[in-house]
Amino acid sequence: MFFMKTDRHRFVVISLLLTAFIGYSLFLYAALPVQVAAANKEADSGKMVWQQYNCNACHQVYGLGGYLGPDLTNVYSVRGSAYIQAFLKNGTTIMPNFQLTGREITDLTAFLESIDASGKSDPKTFTLNYDGSIEQ
Amino acid sequence: MAALNNNKPTTSRLFMIAGLGLLAAGLLFGLTGAWQYLVPGSLKEYLSFERIRPLHVSSVVFWIIFGATGAVLTYLQQYTGKKLYCPLLVKIQLSIFAGSVITILISYTAGIFGGREYWEFHPALAIPIAAGWILFIINFIRSISSFRKQPVYVWMWITGLFFFLFTFIESYLWIFPYFRNSVVNDMTIQWKSYGSMVGAWNMLIYGSSFFLMEKISGNNKYSHAPIAFILYFTGLFNLMFNWGHHIYTLPTYPFIKHISYAVSMTELFIIGRIIWQWRSTVSTARKHFHHTAYRFIVAADIWIFLTLALAIAMSIPAVNVYTHGTHITVAHTMGATIGINSFLLLAIAFDILHDTCTPLSEKNIKWLKRGYATVNISLLIFWISLIAAGVLKARWQMQETPLPFSSMMLMLKPYFIVFFISGSAMATGFFLILYPLLKNQAACYFKYLVNKPGTGQDRLPVQLIVE
Repeated sequence: MFFMKTDRHRFVVISLLLTAFIGYSLFLYAALPVQVAAANKEADSGKMVWQQYNCNACHQVYGLGGYLGPDLTNVYSVRGSAYIQAFLKNGTTIMPNFQLTGREITDLTAFLESIDASGKSDPKTFTLNYDGSIEQ
Repeated sequence: MAALNNNKPTTSRLFMIAGLGLLAAGLLFGLTGAWQYLVPGSLKEYLSFERIRPLHVSSVVFWIIFGATGAVLTYLQQYTGKKLYCPLLVKIQLSIFAGSVITILISYTAGIFGGREYWEFHPALAIPIAAGWILFIINFIRSISSFRKQPVYVWMWITGLFFFLFTFIESYLWIFPYFRNSVVNDMTIQWKSYGSMVGAWNMLIYGSSFFLMEKISGNNKYSHAPIAFILYFTGLFNLMFNWGHHIYTLPTYPFIKHISYAVSMTELFIIGRIIWQWRSTVSTARKHFHHTAYRFIVAADIWIFLTLALAIAMSIPAVNVYTHGTHITVAHTMGATIGINSFLLLAIAFDILHDTCTPLSEKNIKWLKRGYATVNISLLIFWISLIAAGVLKARWQMQETPLPFSSMMLMLKPYFIVFFISGSAMATGFFLILYPLLKNQAACYFKYLVNKPGTGQDRLPVQLIVE
């Protein structure tokens, strides 16, 4: 097998791959999928609260995260803010009461609202194509 | 391939021993977490699930990182036949890593977080980890005198070293508001980095396994062969562009998903090769099966096949819609971290550690074989129970009017019971394997301290096994 026999072939292939990878990465950094006109400060603080209490250990967003609690991607539109805030204030038999402050609850709710506005995570909303790809 | 055997507790070996300790801790945390699936809300006041999950995951991730570091540092010295460029740098790296991991585990126990999934610790703790990794890269590059005519495992090590650093830094881009201002942007970059990072540590582990297999077989032609490099570049191609399969359901750029779908299908070449070479793999396995390290390689081979088959199926977006967010994903992760990474690292651990101090006794080897069988059988049951739970959850997700989440979780309870029992059996099996190995190392250190260099007894009065 002539291909890949010498260092020269290998260096050419790795150079091409690295160039493609760096180009792909830089493109994604420069042109992120969603262009945000104005930052939502409450939602941003809510994200920090989400991370501070490690909510992702039990809950998923777009199917990514823990499995002990439900996916929260669209909980805001399905259940509403009052429902969310009742859980956050009191906890459940499984979820601890984290003693969140009023500010933290407001920010976390705003974060969940911003996630909800970003799209739908329900797998039933996807169309499956014959080539194995999907559309929403 | 000269083996540098001595009884001195080298820092490279300490990395592996610390990794084995983290594996033991990870198993205990994992069992506690599995118990909380059976009895939700138990230990809620003291060690609730949002604490136990990162304790489990981080212990296991750091077992992989410590184990891979110990493997590369030890085999690099065996490969070059020389000591590392700067042993002091390795000592500093170990101190930094050990200090960081202890701080991370304590902070989790205290409920202090701040990071994202998988790196839940405060972002400030990422700085020493990145700094320690840079020391590792410096030591590696300076220890390799030339980059010409190197075997494939050296290419894999270099790739793993640089890509881990790159993806680790990339996974912290969220600290800049620009990258986190939308959940879609945040998760796109998060899973871009995580997907490639797994590929990076796989490069370190697979490269070390490659070295070990050559050492056992005594044939070093394969690591320079074109096919070895074709497989390496297939792996690298997937490391760079296959990460999109984690976020098929995220409303991000469609081209990310198309690229990932197309690239992941190149893995069919790898699985095809495994099937093609099955017969020769089996005959080689028979030849070397008496070798403890080789046994783990054989088990990992089977798990590579099973995990890769599942991964390829999950890389088809139309299949992924069903499996995503279900326990099938957990089965895939468990198959990869236990069946592949941990088994390969244990193979390396036995190779690295068995020649320090006294050889393992017959009694120890007997228990070790029982542990090996227990781990493999229970892992298969564990894996199947997760897939079964995942299938049921997938059906639930697709129902027009699904039951409440809590009712679905109750429906999965029988599978969680099997998952917990098989998980307990698997942990027991691992302890049967780890106990003699760690006990031997502890005895070795004790003897070393008694006969410390400089006291006229630099060499220990024990039998050495030289490969």
